[in-house]
Amino acid sequence: MTATVLRTLDRVVIRFAGDSGDGMQLTGDRFAAGTAVSGNDLSTLPNFPAEIRAPAGTLSGVSSFQLHFADHDVLTPGDAPDVLVAMNPAALRANLRDLAAGGTVIVDTHDFTKRNLVKAGYPADPLADGSLDGFTVHRADLTALTVAAVDEFGLSRKDASRAKNMFTLGLLSWMYGRPAEPTLDYLSKRFAAKPALRDANRAAFTAGWNYGETTEAFAVRYEIPPAPAPAGRYRTITGNLALAYGIVAAGDRSGLPVFLGSYPITPASDVLHELAKLKHFDVTTFQAEDEIAGIGAALGAAWGGALGVTTTSGPGLALKGEAIGLATMLELPLLICDIQRGGPSTGLPTKTEQADLLQAMFGRNGEAPVPVLAARSPGDCFDTAVEAVRIAVTYRTPVLLLSDGYIANGAEPWAVPSAASLPVISPDFATGPNEGDTFLPYLREPDTLARPWAVPGTPGLEHRIGGIEKADRTGDISYDPANHDKMVRLRQAKIDGIAVPPTFVDDPGSSDLLVIGWGSTYGPIGAAIRQARAEGLKVAQAHLRYLNPLPADLGELLRRYPRVLLPEMNLGYGYGGQLALLLRSKFLVDVQSHTQVNGQPFAVHDLVEVIRTQVKGDR
Amino acid sequence: MSSGLSLVPLAGKPQNRKEYTSDQEVRWCPGCGDYAVLAAVQGMLPTLGLRRENIAFISGIGCSSRFPYYLDTYGMHSIHGRAPSIATGLAVSRPDLSVWVVTGDGDALSIGGNHLMHALRRNVNMTILLFNNRIYGLTKGQYSPTSTPGKVTKSTPAGSIDHAFNPVSLALGAEASFVARTVDSDRAHLTSVLLAAAQHRGTSLVEIYQNCPIFNDDAFAAEKTPQGVLRLEHGQPVTAGDWAVVEEGGRLSLSPLAGAAPIIHDAQAPDPSRAFALSRLAGGMTPVGIFRQVERPAYDDEARAQVATAISSRGRGDLDSLLRGPDSWSRD
Ligand code: SF4
Repeated sequence: MTATVLRTLDRVVIRFAGDSGDGMQLTGDRFAAGTAVSGNDLSTLPNFPAEIRAPAGTLSGVSSFQLHFADHDVLTPGDAPDVLVAMNPAALRANLRDLAAGGTVIVDTHDFTKRNLVKAGYPADPLADGSLDGFTVHRADLTALTVAAVDEFGLSRKDASRAKNMFTLGLLSWMYGRPAEPTLDYLSKRFAAKPALRDANRAAFTAGWNYGETTEAFAVRYEIPPAPAPAGRYRTITGNLALAYGIVAAGDRSGLPVFLGSYPITPASDVLHELAKLKHFDVTTFQAEDEIAGIGAALGAAWGGALGVTTTSGPGLALKGEAIGLATMLELPLLICDIQRGGPSTGLPTKTEQADLLQAMFGRNGEAPVPVLAARSPGDCFDTAVEAVRIAVTYRTPVLLLSDGYIANGAEPWAVPSAASLPVISPDFATGPNEGDTFLPYLREPDTLARPWAVPGTPGLEHRIGGIEKADRTGDISYDPANHDKMVRLRQAKIDGIAVPPTFVDDPGSSDLLVIGWGSTYGPIGAAIRQARAEGLKVAQAHLRYLNPLPADLGELLRRYPRVLLPEMNLGYGYGGQLALLLRSKFLVDVQSHTQVNGQPFAVHDLVEVIRTQVKGDR
Repeated sequence: MSSGLSLVPLAGKPQNRKEYTSDQEVRWCPGCGDYAVLAAVQGMLPTLGLRRENIAFISGIGCSSRFPYYLDTYGMHSIHGRAPSIATGLAVSRPDLSVWVVTGDGDALSIGGNHLMHALRRNVNMTILLFNNRIYGLTKGQYSPTSTPGKVTKSTPAGSIDHAFNPVSLALGAEASFVARTVDSDRAHLTSVLLAAAQHRGTSLVEIYQNCPIFNDDAFAAEKTPQGVLRLEHGQPVTAGDWAVVEEGGRLSLSPLAGAAPIIHDAQAPDPSRAFALSRLAGGMTPVGIFRQVERPAYDDEARAQVATAISSRGRGDLDSLLRGPDSWSRD
């Protein structure tokens, strides 16, 4: 064994990149699991093509997984990778420009043939023409090493070379001191039914590890000490999984069976997949014929007393608008989860954006106000789901929950809450008359303005509901002008009256600038503010979960700061960002909007630059 | 589990039509066929003997979709074409309800065609009453997917150039397990078909020829004469008056009864092709009655069974252990 140097780092960003068939998502995922067990804080960003199998070896087929881990708390997956693992020429070409100056490249040279270089658009071999000067480059035929390592298991050449991702994972795990056991255990379970694949993948992993340890190519190993974290139990979780678990938890805490009506769409489908596995929590999943039927069935189930949920992305939200309007009229609890993606139309199915806010707020015919909540991080999808259901059930209203592709697929360590610590949600079904001996289906609770939830099967409360305007109190059909005016205002007042906690502001004192955000920009904004403060800038941060209604203290808060900056991943139709448009019109505050619509989360260094400019502009 | 109503609790005491009549003023045009259907349903429901609160009617949009307001059961007047999807969610989550959908030719076959087709395919336990008047009434007289080609309406001043749907053929093609056709004015036939439909487990589709005197009067004038219809009775020869339905080379046709060998109607035949041929019989007589009535697993029963099996085999899920997952670690 060669003598390796052990160097301590406080943070590292690694990007695994390869062809979509190379298993880079799995490699990244397992590296993240090992990293979590090592006690580092982490954040991940998977990035994959919309095509399931784009032509092999081309730029459009490149799939990558970026992971940022550190000895302190991590807020984003990192702007620029320090280490790029490239499994073929296309992966190198597509990702090299992002690599930090002086970064490290680990290349599988196997596919650097003339033909593949051409496919990737390289006129000459980048490994030979000096284009990697300035980087530390490790080159090895990882594929050949893998094939040799798994020789004894009698796999086809194709299956043998596919284990190269595990060889790579073994090598990286050795370099960064990630434990081997969890991955070896994982492989044993995953391939339990296929012993040859199981043994080959385990052998490839071990061979990669040993390759690092025994060859002289890798002179340095790194250690990243654990990040401090409050005591408790942790796991890594993606936003979509946390959202699914939040829905299950809300069902559990309300005692309501969960009914999910959904239609497959990227990136929301994983929520359907996860809930479909959880039938033993009294969860029913219904894959409908279309987006409309998905929400229709959820609404029908809600009428029957279930926790009705529908999930969607992209154009799916447009299709659900009609039924959300009906749910607003019926005043029944319903959760609509929109995992935003790049738009309009089909847009960028696998990329992220925050451009559905205005549709969530206003995308129905007539005045159909609904509460809108946004999750800010993968783990926060859990709490936001529970809170959204609490509002839906308490106020008898459809609630829109906004997540996005960035946090839906990204992962972070999550402090696992105990079930008992979660709020109890009381469905409080109507059981009898509410006005003398008659039942008025639209008689409201004075504090919440909620109407009774009287489910079919309750004797004596037979009544009719529908999308035609209701008479106040009785719920009969009414075309009376004064009644319509009253009902429109009542429905608005009900949403406006939802109790929303005051805004938390992180202000070290006398800040000149308030940076406000919503949804998944929480991480990048937080990281940028941390850096700006390190430069001596005085910057405060506030992040909104409740977008409708807005917190009651928000107007006063915005007016307190000389400058307010609002970064959003949308354009806002020429009115500034979408939330900026709302805040300006509601509070008459000159919110400075910073927008980005490239399908990617904000880069921290870009936001720092924007913050610097804003603060300077103030002086 | 063969009856569609087997999980619905019984009232245990006699009921009458008045109990099923709501306090809302009925607002269809004078002479509208919907009145007769409402009267038949209000007369039929008490005979089911169910708890009234365990009956739910869901409608879409159109003249007939006002139906739920006039029945003193639970009711929802929903949005155009979507009633089958809403009923699906209700039926899956509530096996103790008798779920009914009221729809029209525009609602069910045009804007809601997709939902109708998939409800039939899945065989969710519900009864769909499709009021076919071959016209859009509520929007004041445009042609519908069942209007006859050439129909002159406000939106087709030069005559409709759309080919018309045959709702029974469509339902059979969509794998429906119960398909029937009846006529608004024949109270006894309507009632008997509705009863059989309610008792069928799975999706029952009943096409009701309904007269719209305002925009499409006498669209079914022929079917309202004894010579115009052929009544289908399971196990009986298909004949009417002097006519019989005969088969020759796999094709059905009308033939003078004398000397003919009429086909015997088999509503329970596994193969729907003869029912399909009957649904589009040419020659001036329209078959009415139950075309098809077969047993097939109901989607909602199977969906609930999957949940029940998961709970009994894995035990009721424990939230704490779910949230912890297999890969958690602790920090102290
Ligand atoms: S328009 Fe026709 S279908 Fe509608 S209520 Fe009047 S008569 Fe009946």
